[in-house]
Formats: sequence, structure tokens, C-alpha cells
Amino acid sequence: MRDFARLYAALDETTRTGEKVEALTRYFEQAPPADAAWAVYFLIGRKPKQVVPSKKIREWAAAEAGVPDWLFQESYDAVGDVAETVALLLPPSEHSTDLPLAEWVENRLLPLRGADEEAQRFAMLDAWRAMDRPQRFVWNKLISGGFRVGVSQQLVTRALGKAGGVDPTVVAHRLMGDWEPTPEFIGRLLAADSADSDHSRPYPFCLAYGVEGDPAALGSVDDWVAEWKWDGIRSQLIRRGGDTFLWSRGEELVTDRYPEIATLGASLPEGTAIDGEILPYLDGTPLPFAQLQRRIGRKTVGKTILAEVPVVLIAYDLLESDGRDLRAEPFEARRARLAELVARVDRPGRLILSPTVVADSWEAMAAARLAARSHQSEGLMLKRRGSPYHVGRKRGDWWKWKVDPFTVDAVLTAAQRGSGKRASLYTDYTFSVWDDDRRLVPFAKAYSGLTDAEIARVDAFVRRNMVEKFGPVRTVKPELVFELAFEGIQRSPRHKSGIAVRFPRILRWRLDKPAEEADTLESIRGMLPA
Amino acid sequence: MNADDLLKPTDAGLYCEAGDFHVDPWKPVPQAVVTHAHADHACWGCGRYLGSEEGERVLRVRMGREAVIDALPYGSPLDVNGVRVSLHPAGHILGSAQVRLEHRGRVWVVSGDYKVEPDATCTPFEPVRCDVFVTESTFGLPIYRWPSQAAVFDEINAWWRANRDAGKASLLLGYALGKSQRLLSGLDPSIGPIYTHGAVEKLNRAYREGGVALPPTSYAGAAMKGKGWAGAMIVAPPSAHGTPWARKFAPLSTGIASGWMTIRGTRRRKALDRGFVLSDHVDWPGLLGSIESTGASRVLVTHGYTAVVVRYLRERGIAAEALATRYEGEGDAQDRAEAEAMEEAEAQEVDAGGTTA
Ligand SMILES: [Zn+2]
Ligand SMILES: [Zn+2]
Repeated sequence: MRDFARLYAALDETTRTGEKVEALTRYFEQAPPADAAWAVYFLIGRKPKQVVPSKKIREWAAAEAGVPDWLFQESYDAVGDVAETVALLLPPSEHSTDLPLAEWVENRLLPLRGADEEAQRFAMLDAWRAMDRPQRFVWNKLISGGFRVGVSQQLVTRALGKAGGVDPTVVAHRLMGDWEPTPEFIGRLLAADSADSDHSRPYPFCLAYGVEGDPAALGSVDDWVAEWKWDGIRSQLIRRGGDTFLWSRGEELVTDRYPEIATLGASLPEGTAIDGEILPYLDGTPLPFAQLQRRIGRKTVGKTILAEVPVVLIAYDLLESDGRDLRAEPFEARRARLAELVARVDRPGRLILSPTVVADSWEAMAAARLAARSHQSEGLMLKRRGSPYHVGRKRGDWWKWKVDPFTVDAVLTAAQRGSGKRASLYTDYTFSVWDDDRRLVPFAKAYSGLTDAEIARVDAFVRRNMVEKFGPVRTVKPELVFELAFEGIQRSPRHKSGIAVRFPRILRWRLDKPAEEADTLESIRGMLPA
Repeated sequence: MNADDLLKPTDAGLYCEAGDFHVDPWKPVPQAVVTHAHADHACWGCGRYLGSEEGERVLRVRMGREAVIDALPYGSPLDVNGVRVSLHPAGHILGSAQVRLEHRGRVWVVSGDYKVEPDATCTPFEPVRCDVFVTESTFGLPIYRWPSQAAVFDEINAWWRANRDAGKASLLLGYALGKSQRLLSGLDPSIGPIYTHGAVEKLNRAYREGGVALPPTSYAGAAMKGKGWAGAMIVAPPSAHGTPWARKFAPLSTGIASGWMTIRGTRRRKALDRGFVLSDHVDWPGLLGSIESTGASRVLVTHGYTAVVVRYLRERGIAAEALATRYEGEGDAQDRAEAEAMEEAEAQEVDAGGTTA
């Protein structure tokens, strides 16, 4: 626990990627496998279900600290985080624990689930009394299921690769899918041989950067295949060992949520993995993303919603065929096999080969792109002929070329009350994006674009997640992501971001995106006129 | 507030009618009694200032050569129109004082800004018995509990050493008057050379002349061009962060020392490499302890978490009230005041050039 709390502090202390990877690598090199397994589990954002309600944690901590409830609340308002507030309020500690992380998690934390309240209280007080302040903080984070330290899965993967001397792309693949945080798992994760037993496991998604400036800079238009960029849920449909798995890009197994697509599995040959997009689709046309949002998050789907928002899988790529990994093959070869497969399955209302957009010049391509909105597409995807299917985001072979208006996924970082009839609600928002050092920098303010119901939800979020007050402005925990649209963009030394945008507005709430995946200043700079 | 209170809030600040003077006014008045030289407590342009002897030099740096300053040693009383006035150490910065007023058997103490833990750059805080105690509440929440200063200096020196070993400069931010000198006093000069921003260097001189031992420092501006800064420590006010001036030290690691760094979110939002928890204000236990040791039957709470502290004290049976002032705590307001002071210091850069020891 001591080393893990130190790791947490080290990660928290720096904004530099290199230093984070270094700290992680050092940890993984010396941690016992059982600890390393849990560390990976928590660091990449997995969490056991909350075992103790945070209301109770607050109550017991306030009592232990001798602080009345209202003063706990005031403290919480200043801190913005229960785990941290509790760590700061508890009486100073003389102790610090030597017990390993795995011991704390397996023998102290997990048994709390379902224990009666008194037993839980004793266990919490026991833990707090055994720990120093940084350990208490990390423990509270683990208990409340809100463990986040601002490292991406990619960084953890890199560090694991370094520590174990394994190719990080192999680590990335092994980290996908279902696994239990055991010493055996760490052994398999860092094993030299790549024999793979978990047949549910998806491949890491290949992701694209936005086109910066003039696409003609990408070379001849003939070197590229263009497809529509769809606005749905990127997913992988996998058929192995007689089972079907549908994974979302957020690495969630969503097979049961989209039964229309799951049933396709039976028609697929053994050892198949298709990369595609789940798209709401009715009477031969895609529906707006807002419709699909009605299904996201629902574990079970009723008849009504199935009838109103049916979905299809738009097939982009074939990653595995006959159990063989095709990712290193040229794009056209994979696409040809995919086309064959889609034709063979022959379920045109469920599985659709992603249509290509053909143009003989960049001008013609640009003209085609303008039509994107008319069929609910966001623009074009450009894929280089001959390119492999990369792991994660790599510059060069895949580009997204969105239609105007410019759109950006930004994080809500501050809010202010509105005026007039909305004076009691927080309706004026400040949005931020990630700068080159992975810090959030304010980038635009926007007031309009949400429905009343959404405004009410954001308002409630702001009230619960205030961090600081500057006059009427409340900074909030950077958690919510919104897609913003704007018309013009220019350099501005007066703005902290160095960029000013015209008519920013909220397009939609990206409930599907964590703050870490919001856009970067770098990608926004790419939208600047040359 | 009551009609016969010894001090009453007015437009210009806390006014003592019996003695016809203001304590820490925020507008120019004929006679000001000032607790310390920070911009929110000592305003420009008063007719006369009464302040501590220990703080005379720094007050002079801030109020200008023309200012009329009467200096009073700690603990020695002065009769001002029948009000017995004396100054007592507040432990906040060099010369910071609590103002004790005695009139017709009533004793009031205005503590200004204060801190309980002793440090090397000023006379430590002394509790003063009184009937009415006026206290700040900048860090008036139980989450604020300072780690020992020795532990924080160890952290700072370890950070500096690690930066040096990585070939980087260390830029340490703290407000120019008080915090900077306290930081300097805790630095280990065997690690590397120490440089300061002009605004800091100017006050260093006043501190050294006042008998405070500081490690040797050089004015960073004087050695600006083409110099390698690897391994150096540069102490500067927070407003220097992100300026072209600060970028000249690259590659560098930037840290800040402030009580606000207690909170992780604040540390992260400041987007600096390191945040050190070091404040010249009283923390929660210190606040409660000080109030108790004054024996005051009535407590007036100013700048900070005023409402919180008032409510907490009342729940414990202490008569407490909020007192509206324009004093500001450590933080952005302090930064603003510092930024002004800095511009002023930059205008006089030539004046502060060269090495002092
Ligand atoms: Zn002050
Ligand atoms: Zn103050």
C-alpha cells in the first residue's frame, strides 16, 4: 500500500508523460505480482462496485474527525472530492501501513461488500487509523470506486511493456476483454509467448487524427480510400469458439444491449473479428446520434425501443478471419475479404459494408464531403491504401476529415448562473481542452444547445462537483464532455489557449466519452487557417 | 457591532473614534496604525503610519521614501489621544504586528494576518489577552492543517536537488514580501546557486538590513543573457509564472508554495510541476488555539472563511461576528497586489541589480 500510495502521489505530481511512464515502470518492476495486478486494474479505470456508500464514509469520517456535518459539507465544497476531504479531515495519523496493496484489497476491501454497517464502520476506522494521509486518500479512492489519476491506458501499457520487456501492443491486446486481477494474470500479461487463450478478447482499435489544414498535403488522392465517418458507437463484433461478443470502443461488452447485431454472430464463420460502427438505422437511413443515446447505458432493451431505434453494424474492417490476425495486411486486402464476408452473410438490414466515396481529385473529394451532413455523417474517413490496422492513434495512415462547422469535444470545467428565467441554474459554461502538457486549458464559453432536461442534469452536476469559486464562476470537476460546434477560428494571444472561436455552441453531451478523451489544443490548432 | 465598540468599520477601514485613527485602512486617512506591509493592510497615501520597529524597512519599501512612519518596538505602549496602543508579534512576515488597543478598561486586539508556527524570518506570534479579538480566517476550514515547516523545506530541497541532477532549473513561486524570504531561509545553498526576481531581491535587502539571515542570492535579471540555468534555484512571485521572463530559465521545473496547495485539485489546476504546502497564515488548529489563548469573550472574524468560522465558534458558545473588511488572504488577490508591486519593482530594476549577500 505504501508503494502504491507513493506511485499515486508521483503520478499526481507531474503533468509530464515521460515522468508518469517512468514512475509506473519503476512501480511495476518492483511490485509483487499480486499488487501489480490490482494496480493495473485500478489504474486503467476498472473498479469493483462501490462497497461502502459514500454517505456512510462521510458520516463516519466526520464523527472520527469531530467535525459537524455542515462543516464537513463546507470542507467538501472547497475540496470537491469525498475521498480527499475525508483524508484531509481525519485526525493526524502516527501510523503508516506496510501491508501490500493486494492484502488491503482482497482481505479488507472486498469482504466489506455485504457486511453489516457496524462491521463496515469498524473496518473503515481500523484502516484509517493504520494509514498515513496519502494512504488514507488512496484507500478512500479505492473504496468509493472513483479511482482516477489521469493516466491513460496507453501509458500503463507502455510502462508494463517496459517493465516486462514485452511489446506494448501485445500488452494492449492482452489487457482487453475480461480478466481477473490475479498474479497469474500479470504473468500472462507479461509473458513472452503470445499464445492466447481468452477467446472473447477484441483488438485495440485503430484510431484517426483529424486532418489538419489542406488534405492535398496528404499526397495524391489516389493513395487514399474515403469512407463516410459515421456518428455511432465504434465496436468490434467477434465470433470465436461458437460464442459472439460485441465490444464497444470503451471496452465494454455490449452484446446483450444490441441483440439485432448479436444475432449476426451465428452467421459469421468461426474466428472472425469485424471492426465497425453501431448506427441507429431506420427505413434505410441513419438516425441522429441523439436517438442512439436512448439505448446507450440501457442494459436491457424493450420492444418499443427496438422498434423505434433499431441498429445496424456498418462494417469498416476485417481484423481476423479463420482465426488469423489480418491486421498487418494491406487495407485493400482486408477490405476485399470483408466485402466477401458481408455478401456471404447477406443480412443487408443488419450488416452493411461501409460505403466508399470515390473522387478523382481533392477538390471533388471536398465537394463530396460537403454532402456528409445530409446523410447523418460527420464527414469523411481517409485511409491510406496499403496501410496496416494500427494499434491506437497513430499519425499518418488514417485521418478523419470532418465537415464544417468545426467540432470539438471539450470538457466542462467551469459554470456560472444564467440570467432571466435561468438565473437559478448554472447554464453558462466554460469548456476546456487538453494542452500539450495534458493540462486542461479553457477554450470556449457556450450558453446554448442543451435541452431543459439536460440543463437540469448539468446544473445538478455543477452543484455536486464544485471545486472553487471565483466571483460568480464555479470551477467543477473536469468530468463531463460536450461536443461543441463553432464557425470560425483564429489565433488570439489574449486567450489562454492562444485561440479564439466564433459562435461556439453545444452540439451534444458526449455521455460516451471520458474527459481524458476530449480533444487536444494541438488538434484544434490544426483547424487554424494556414 | 455595538454603538460603543472601540473599533467600527467605516468606508475607509476600521476606525477608532476615541483615538482618532484607523487600523489597516484601505483608503488614505490622516493616521493609520498598520499591522503589516502587505498591500491589503497598508494602503498608500496616509498622512502618518504607526507600525512596528521590526517592520519599518519593509513598510518603507512599500509606502515610499516620503511616507511618515512612526516605529514602535513590540510591547511598548504609546498613548494616542487617550487610547493605549501597543504592537505585538504576529509571526506572519517581518514586522507583522497585532495591534492592541486599551481604552477605559476594554482591550481589543486586531491580529491582522498571523501564523502560529515560528519561522526564521520574523519574531514568532505571541498570544495577547483581550476582550475582543479580531481574527483573519483565510484558511478557516478544518482541512487546512499545515505540515511542519521543516518537512516542507526538506521536500523543496529534494525537488531542487532532483531538478539539478536532471539538468533543470527550479523556479519556486511565492509572494514577494514574506513568503519569498521564508522560502529562501529554508533553502539549502549547498545544492546550487540561488537567484531572485527583482521584486524579491528588493525586499531581501530590507530583510537583511533588518538582521534576518538569508542565504546569498543574486538578482536573476543581472545574469540573464546566454547563461546556463541548470541546477539554479530562482525565487519569484507567482505572477512571474508563464511569462517570457520565466521561460528564459528553461529547461525548468516550476513549484509554488502556498497553503492552497493542500487541495489536490488546486495543485493540478495551477498546472505547475509541484505544489508545496507552506502558508504564512494560521491553519485551522492554530486559529482555534489562538482564539482560546486570547481569552476573548467576543471574536470578530474577517477575511476568508468568515461565515464558517463564525458559525463554528458560536456553536461552541463563543460570541462571534463577521466583520466586513477588504483584507484579502493568500491567493489570487495577493497575486494581484504582488503583480502591481512587481511592475513597480521592475521599473526600479537597475536599483536592485548585482549580487547581494
Ligand atoms: Zn498579509
Ligand atoms: Zn491579509
